[in-house]
Amino acid sequence: MAKIHVTTTVNGDAVEFLCDPEQTLLDVLRDELELTGSKEGCASGDCGACSVMLDGRLVCACLVLGAEAEGRGVETIEGMATGDELHPLQRKFLEHAALQCGVCTPGFLIAAKALLEKNPDPSETEVRYWLAGNLCRCTGYDKIVRAVLDAATEMRGS
Amino acid sequence: MRYEAPESLDAAVGLLAGATGLARVLAGGTDLLVQLRSGLIEPDLVVDVKKIPEMRRITAENGGFRIGAAVSGAELGEHSEVSRLWPGVVEAVELIGSTQIQGRATMVGNLCNASPAADSVPAMIAADAVASVVGPAGRREVPVEAICIAPGETSLAKGEIVTSILLPARPPHSGDAYLRFIPRTEMDIAVVGAGVSLTLDDAGVCRAARLALGAVAARPLLVPEGASALIGTRVDEAALAHLSTAASAACKPIDDKRGTIDYRIKVAGVLARRAAQIALERARAN
Repeated sequence: MAKIHVTTTVNGDAVEFLCDPEQTLLDVLRDELELTGSKEGCASGDCGACSVMLDGRLVCACLVLGAEAEGRGVETIEGMATGDELHPLQRKFLEHAALQCGVCTPGFLIAAKALLEKNPDPSETEVRYWLAGNLCRCTGYDKIVRAVLDAATEMRGS
Repeated sequence: MRYEAPESLDAAVGLLAGATGLARVLAGGTDLLVQLRSGLIEPDLVVDVKKIPEMRRITAENGGFRIGAAVSGAELGEHSEVSRLWPGVVEAVELIGSTQIQGRATMVGNLCNASPAADSVPAMIAADAVASVVGPAGRREVPVEAICIAPGETSLAKGEIVTSILLPARPPHSGDAYLRFIPRTEMDIAVVGAGVSLTLDDAGVCRAARLALGAVAARPLLVPEGASALIGTRVDEAALAHLSTAASAACKPIDDKRGTIDYRIKVAGVLARRAAQIALERARAN
């Protein structure tokens, strides 16, 4: 089967790749583009470890075909910090120790960023519901929720 | 597997009708990709319909709204006019999966995946929604309750695609609601789902009603006896009790890890009543 040639934008950069029709966007990011920040947890859309933004929508990259990225814009965890300067969410995750093994962290950060862009002042309940599609087996979620709320406070003040 | 993303409906129908092996439509992909990755299906052709303009739109039509087959749950939820006219349908769609799933999943995909437990389907059936189906023989309009015929099976013929759903106009004093029971607060499959839509006259008497149930039979059910229990009443305690009895009586559920037969039958009655009470409050408020 011939490979599909895809032209897309990843973290603001024009990117081209070849993929098999069955390859997911997650496969392409990790295996073709060497952007390994997005993780494969469940590969069935349940855990959120592969969360990315696709044309401004939060999605699971494991449930998108690589070929679907044609002409669209993808944002991954690799685009979150500005050079050496961490995004406030990334900083707050460190300050609150909102991660242990770290596999879920990129997905949580992408999902939390999408929330704060839509709702800069979420309640704890809103944070918990928004992040219900991101699973963490280490932290018990509390530290993550506190980190997101703290980042939201800081970002509103700046 | 061949991947195609045609830009016209004719091209999509042509591809699907001409397919020699297994062909699948890709809208949001939140069911298809899971089936693909788990090896449950091995399609020879996947037709991505997201580049077809009419599939991507929500359009006002004769006082109602036509929802394109590739409109995501997130996009539908952000459409304030649809939410105002059919709050129960929009809430049902928004119950499907996580924020990430909402970014992709579509109402038509939920319908065509043909799960008896699909959340949006009882709400659509209660709303008397109509699916617009296009195939090699042209276009036909099909009531939503006639699409899913068995778990994972639809009444669509080879080459046919559901292109949109029409949520019809409604008279004043109308309301709808959908409730599901799951043992958690989020991210689960319905043990039972119940959708109710009703219309009152100026005196507060119910003049039209529809009840639909999910996850209590091999397909989502329209329950005409539920409607009969409400029509002509003021949706008082006695009418709600009749509705509840009618809902339970219509159930032909299975026993599985999510719920027993007895439990589902009981919960269907409770949810039908509660959904009717919410629909009633909404009808009185507009």
